Amino acid sequence: MGLLSSTVSVTRYKIEGKLEDPILDTIAKGLKENVIKDVDEDISEKKVGWTSFENPFMPDFRGSSFVIGTHMVFSLRIDKKVIPQKTIRKHYAIEAAKRLAESGRQFLTRDEKKMIKDHVTDTLMLRIPSTPHLYDLIWDYDSSSLCFFSNLKSANEELETLFSQSFQLSLIRLFPFTIADLTMGLSDGERDNLAKLSPTNFTG
Amino acid sequence: MLDISVAYNRYKFLGYEFLTWLWFLIENEQNTINEIVQEPMSLEIGNRIVLENLRKEVLESITIQGDDAGLEEGVIALRKGAVVTEINLVYKGNDFESNFTVKGEGLSVSGLKVPQSGHVESRKDMEGAVIEKIYLHNRVLQLTDNLFKQFIRLRCSNDWLSKVVPRIRQWIHS
Repeated sequence: MGLLSSTVSVTRYKIEGKLEDPILDTIAKGLKENVIKDVDEDISEKKVGWTSFENPFMPDFRGSSFVIGTHMVFSLRIDKKVIPQKTIRKHYAIEAAKRLAESGRQFLTRDEKKMIKDHVTDTLMLRIPSTPHLYDLIWDYDSSSLCFFSNLKSANEELETLFSQSFQLSLIRLFPFTIADLTMGLSDGERDNLAKLSPTNFTG
Repeated sequence: MLDISVAYNRYKFLGYEFLTWLWFLIENEQNTINEIVQEPMSLEIGNRIVLENLRKEVLESITIQGDDAGLEEGVIALRKGAVVTEINLVYKGNDFESNFTVKGEGLSVSGLKVPQSGHVESRKDMEGAVIEKIYLHNRVLQLTDNLFKQFIRLRCSNDWLSKVVPRIRQWIHS
């Protein structure tokens, strides 16, 4: 679901740390170094990287192309290849039968079976195209906040890892406790009270 | 600060209590919502509310869904010790209407619908549409932030147990 979709899901983060000046150059460097790589001519099952919001299948982070208004806007792209287990089983059976016929034996060793399975999987990985998944984000550097347009656990985890790797900044997910503790400017007394809270019994 | 995953699990009840308090305000104290938000607006329960009774050994979950669904069963669930874990809300302002769902556990927003932006044909249109969407999304996020902040201040004060909880109990048992 993208930022301009009619319906969106949002997970919010607070960012800890500061970037080196000039900030836009530092961000562009982090984006370029971790741009999505093509997975289609690769045996990898998955590739994760940054891409342009405007042109997600031809990422370009030249100049300040990722800046809109006072926000940085770009996307996380996860390209995945999924081979159905039945397809792997079919190609494994064909390849195993061929090996047996060539060797004149009746059985394959465990190592031979594993090698055949790996070979079949790698060959199929090269043949099937990947499916791209796009997740937009808005980064407001001045307020150290970031909105990520997905609630999917796996996408959020990939974001947290890639963001830290790209910019050496920590993303802290905002949920009830962190919103209260980090964003509300509570006094020391209120924070002490917050830490001591336990569930309320509404039934009396 | 506590380890993030420990804090997430230990204090997720705060999100459930927030949504339960919010339902109470919507049903009984709309003027309090207006005072918190400081704008002429209305907040209504949308087409879905989920309650869970976490006090029982086996988790009990009640989902009420539908545009004109009655919420009586939800109140009965509250009487038995359930709390609201997910709520769909309709936020109406002067020039604005939005529908969205908040999950208590992480206070994440999903299914967020805001008024449509104009048609995008050029980069300039796209930038305008993005800025407009950021503004519209922020209106909803600021609404939930302001309400949650008020809830937390109350929750950390003596007023929670002495004033707010008795009023919620009265509503549940009325």
